[in-house]
Amino acid sequence: MLRFVIQRSLRAIVTLVAISLVTFALFFILPANPAQTMCGRNCDAKQVHQTLVNLGLDQPITTQYTSFVKGIFVGRDYGSGAFQRHCEAPCLGYSYRSNEKVTDILARTLPVTISVVTGAAILWIIFGVGLGMLSALRRGSLFDKASIGVALVGASMQVYFFGLLLLMIFVYGLKVLPYPQYVSLWVDPLGWLKAMILPWITLAFLNSALYARLSRAQMLETLSEDFVRTARAKGVPRRSVYLRHALRAAINPIVTVAGLDIGAALAGTVITETVFSLTGLGKTAVTAATQLNLPVVLATVLLAAVFIVVANVIVDGLYAVIDPRVRLGA
Amino acid sequence: MSAPATSAARDGVATGPYLQVKDLRVQFSTEDGVVKAVDGVSFSVTRGRTLGIVGESGSGKSVTSMAILGLHNPKRTRMSGEIIVNGRNLVGMDDEEIRKLRGREMAMIFQDPLSALHPFYSIGRQIIEAYRIHHPGTSKSDGRKRAIEMLDRVGIPQATRRVDQYPHEFSGGMRQRAMIAMSLVNDPHLLIADEPTTALDVTVQAQILDLLEDLQREFNSAVIIITHDLGVVSAVADDVLVMYAGRVAEFGSREQVLRGPQHPYAWGLLSSVPSLHGDADADLVPIKGNPPSLINVPSGCAFHPRCRYAMLNGGPCDIEVPQLLPLLTRDEPGHTVACHLPERQRRAIYEQDIASVGVAL
Repeated sequence: MLRFVIQRSLRAIVTLVAISLVTFALFFILPANPAQTMCGRNCDAKQVHQTLVNLGLDQPITTQYTSFVKGIFVGRDYGSGAFQRHCEAPCLGYSYRSNEKVTDILARTLPVTISVVTGAAILWIIFGVGLGMLSALRRGSLFDKASIGVALVGASMQVYFFGLLLLMIFVYGLKVLPYPQYVSLWVDPLGWLKAMILPWITLAFLNSALYARLSRAQMLETLSEDFVRTARAKGVPRRSVYLRHALRAAINPIVTVAGLDIGAALAGTVITETVFSLTGLGKTAVTAATQLNLPVVLATVLLAAVFIVVANVIVDGLYAVIDPRVRLGA
Repeated sequence: MSAPATSAARDGVATGPYLQVKDLRVQFSTEDGVVKAVDGVSFSVTRGRTLGIVGESGSGKSVTSMAILGLHNPKRTRMSGEIIVNGRNLVGMDDEEIRKLRGREMAMIFQDPLSALHPFYSIGRQIIEAYRIHHPGTSKSDGRKRAIEMLDRVGIPQATRRVDQYPHEFSGGMRQRAMIAMSLVNDPHLLIADEPTTALDVTVQAQILDLLEDLQREFNSAVIIITHDLGVVSAVADDVLVMYAGRVAEFGSREQVLRGPQHPYAWGLLSSVPSLHGDADADLVPIKGNPPSLINVPSGCAFHPRCRYAMLNGGPCDIEVPQLLPLLTRDEPGHTVACHLPERQRRAIYEQDIASVGVAL
């Protein structure tokens, strides 16, 4: 087990280094001048150059990369003399736009995204898998057809349509909910819940379709497996046959998809954040990309990669917990 | 149709049959029509004896055994007739009541132990589960003791260590032993083994059959072995039931069916296995054609389109379903055959064409 964890973690680190290198390289291939952008339209050549030096952009790319990495682990200093400022570890640089520390931006936007995604994921997994399982057990029934129909409607829906629909009904129409405004869970739990409930429902409704269909198909497949028949032949009660024998064997692909989905969603749910005017990670990343704001782009891309990689490691770990055959293979 | 007189009576065993199946019919409704998987089958098994059910795939062997355990989906299955286990009729019995009998009074061993055991649970856990369902209130450690005892009994070395291993860590033969241990953990009186050796190495097959025989003697259980392998039947069965297209073609003691079969289908089965005492160079004779569709069963005797001897007597082979009747000319109690050919003619054909081949008993 220890070997498994070490192996996966090492692989994850290699992935992260590769992604940061590629992002860095891509940025410098682009014909862009961030110093000019940052300094503003009225700067003369000398001021632009001074900004360039302050940002460290006059250094060779390799040096810039090493100081970027150094910044993450030990912090770094920008500029010189009166302009000098220290950025303590983990330092991801300063936003070219707002001169704000990138870490501060992340600290502000990440909780929003995490709140949206965690809640939505819990909803869509419970709802989707539950629906799929019940449909599988009542295959061909009215319930089965209806639930697959509902799931299909969800899958064909778009966030900006369904989200706006919910806003229209619950915020502007019935006025039972305030317009979503993010507050920290620790400060105002009820306000947090009120702000999050609509984005959750939107995301969950759209995503649960996939889970319903996947778990229905998986469940039907495992129900016809020999070991399920064995369990019934042993006299195992129906409920345990479904939950302990069939579901346990059907859960693997669902865990895979859920892990990747949650990882990807944490990296940014731009459309949902935009529809509900929540400044999360996704929205920040898109804005930064249009503004050629390298430090922010780099940070969001890296963070997204971390989420995906961590999600993968967790999925791999869960595999080993679920399936004893994987344990030995690792 | 009455239950064929078992050879149990002949042996003077006093107790009545533990399992009696009377005119069992099992039908599945599908989109293409009604599948008559089992169509009027009767037999019985006494404790301490072994019934071998032989036939091709799709002859209704497995469907019959699944019906006895009540494993068919009641929504899509129509069952009629009687399945009497220890005096109680299982057909139409409440689902929950049958469940309580399953694994306790009647247990089943499946064909492929790798797919029949749950891949994610340890062998021990699966055996303990089987034990504790029917012994509520047993502690886990008692269940574990029982599991180790059973594994030990079926010949798994180092049972205390192997009880915590997973099915994929067992070899094929060991897995089947574990499967047998699991099915016997509650001392069932009826054991149904559905092709228990088919997925195994030939060298392991004999060991498993020996084990089954030993255990039967020890537990004095009624055993049904379902197989398409006449070698298995000749090794372990006391009585043999030959099934074709969901009906009984022939029934008798092992000697009667393997040494003097009367049904052309049984002849076909015998001729298609290599013989130890025949001509080594002689080709095997397969039964021509394929098993019939159970949705559109051939009229009359279901075997007639494939039968080399059909209509020899100008008989009603293609019109009338033959009845399962006892032999008349010779004193062979309990030997019944469903064939339109006159008995004398069958004997003549057998002596001439078939007797030279055969399975070593």
